Amino acid sequence: MSDASPNSTDRQSGNSKSALTRFFGSRITWPVLGLAVVLLFNAIFIPSFFTLEVRDGQLYGSLIDVLNRGSIGVILAMGMTLVIATGGVDLSVGSVMAISGAIAALILTETQLGMLGIVPCVLFAALAAGLMNGVLVAYLKIQPIIATLILMVSGRGIAKFITGEKIITVGDDSYNFYFDFIGKGHLFGLPFTVTLFVTLFAVTSLFVRMTSLGLFIESVGANETASRASGIHDKGVKIAVYVFAAFCAVIAGLIDASNINAADTMNAGVFTELDAIFAVVVGGTALTGGRFSLTGSLIGAMLLQTLMTTLYTYGVPSDVAPVPKSLVIVAVCLLQSPVFRGQLQRLAGKGGGR
Amino acid sequence: MNSYARKSLRRTLLASLALMILIGCSSKSDNGAMKGDNGGDGTSKPIIGFVQTGSEGDWRKAHTESVREAAEEAGFELRFADGQAKQENQIKALSSFVAQGVDGIILAPLVETGWDNVLEKAKKRNIPVLILDRQVEVKDDSLYVTYIGADTYNEGRLAAEWLIEKTGGKAKVVELQGTPGASPTINRYNGFRDVIADHSGIEIIASQSGDFRRSKGKEVMEAFLKKHGDDIEVVYAHNDDMAIGAIQAIEDAGKKPGDDIILVSIDGVRAAFEAMVEGKLNCTVECNPLQGPMAFDAMKKILAGDIGDMPKKQMIKDRVYDRDSAKEVIDSRKY
Repeated sequence: MSDASPNSTDRQSGNSKSALTRFFGSRITWPVLGLAVVLLFNAIFIPSFFTLEVRDGQLYGSLIDVLNRGSIGVILAMGMTLVIATGGVDLSVGSVMAISGAIAALILTETQLGMLGIVPCVLFAALAAGLMNGVLVAYLKIQPIIATLILMVSGRGIAKFITGEKIITVGDDSYNFYFDFIGKGHLFGLPFTVTLFVTLFAVTSLFVRMTSLGLFIESVGANETASRASGIHDKGVKIAVYVFAAFCAVIAGLIDASNINAADTMNAGVFTELDAIFAVVVGGTALTGGRFSLTGSLIGAMLLQTLMTTLYTYGVPSDVAPVPKSLVIVAVCLLQSPVFRGQLQRLAGKGGGR
Repeated sequence: MNSYARKSLRRTLLASLALMILIGCSSKSDNGAMKGDNGGDGTSKPIIGFVQTGSEGDWRKAHTESVREAAEEAGFELRFADGQAKQENQIKALSSFVAQGVDGIILAPLVETGWDNVLEKAKKRNIPVLILDRQVEVKDDSLYVTYIGADTYNEGRLAAEWLIEKTGGKAKVVELQGTPGASPTINRYNGFRDVIADHSGIEIIASQSGDFRRSKGKEVMEAFLKKHGDDIEVVYAHNDDMAIGAIQAIEDAGKKPGDDIILVSIDGVRAAFEAMVEGKLNCTVECNPLQGPMAFDAMKKILAGDIGDMPKKQMIKDRVYDRDSAKEVIDSRKY
């Protein structure tokens, strides 16, 4: 599961450097430290944050909330990491979430098909959305930010069209055990969403690190022309990552809709694409493409959710809540910048009498 | 700043010109079609331009429908413009309506300020403007004829009054606020507090924004439950959707919403009535979206020149529904 992180650490800093340099040079060190700082803050000011109790055979507490609510962020960040690694970006994931929720709610309320109907339909939606983004980016050479902006804007319209501009509530008469389980079920005493994102993370990590696919993705992101010259089907790789991002988005959409028992197309997934990009960048993957770290993105997404839950629990007034959130993100991003770290080191060196 | 303002004004004018041409074209073809229907009898309906905020959800949809239906019933031709949640779009649409020379304009503003310029244009061409739903803040009151809308401040007061009666003036309350800065949020926040100020037994122990959204309402409520646990006696939500999210969070925590924790919210959408019938929500203060008929009654009077005794502010009466009255009216609810 964690095979991605030591790998990337080794690659970034040479073996000759000291363990300490390697530690501070690693991409995931800083988000981990950020997470530790936020948790430390909680330990001091909100001790109840770490209280865990068992209710109805399930763990119950703020930490569980973080894992549960953070699942959507983590899942979206997985897809976003691979897209960003190819030098792209996918702004449409929030809208794809809304579409997925709308499809699920419509199938549950209008047909008797249940999950048998939902799964193929949302998979098809993911394929269509991913192909549209991928083809626009890979073949038509449209800037990723614009290509995916198209679906971001139109996708919400499509979702609203599916639901008829209403919030479709999945009520008792259209109750479906499996659908309900996605967002609200429990497995091994933890919310099922945790199992879902851990599995997705493990499978994705294994897949990109055990096969050469991860290397292909990094190479396309680092230098498209060179990788084409060396025989990598760069267009295919790009389309594949956009389809994967859309696949992650439909899963997140199902979680969101199942969680509130409704398809709220107006609000589902709004701004989640930006949170996903945040998580990826905080996790140490550069927007310019190339090397990526799925572990980093996982930790980045968890850091964001821990922050949000902390702000709610601590009672920061909601109009100023975005400020502390962005302060933490800025701090982590600054510490990740080699230039900033270099200047810090120089300052420290001067202080040392050099 | 001046040159910037001038530049943006020019841009607005250009955009409105483009919009005008577009709308002009489409309305021309509309007219053609209508003439065909009427057999060309030549009677012209008064034309009303309606600038809506956008389509944010069920409530807004009911609001739009109500205006459309009322226009048809009153025998007006309605030209509809959707601001898509942006004030600049609304201003553009408004000035294009002015340029078209419609007979009257109904504006449902997104925000309170920034309307002076465009309303002056309407006034210069003697086009009466009626403000619907949310209020505007302008230097010169005569820029619009009248304001018709729901009194969101009073809704907050009604919620607090109901709560005081229900609990005997003693309760620990957590509040789920709407989007920070939106006028319903501010008014429902202040209205509630102004009433409980005289009742020291009512204490707000936590207050956070749930953005008027179900999922956010649930997430925030989860955090409240972790921190305050059994202390929470009442949830006051600024809209029904957040209350519905909170209900789910309370159920997940193994408590019974409606019994262990009292929930009071505002809006009166259909899902809230369903929750009340199930016993999970205790009270909702209706914020009536069916404002169309009242708006067109006023518009008729305005166009007939009968505005002598028209008040500047006309409030639609809000009703409070609890579990018992919900059962009686749920079948007659339109939205």
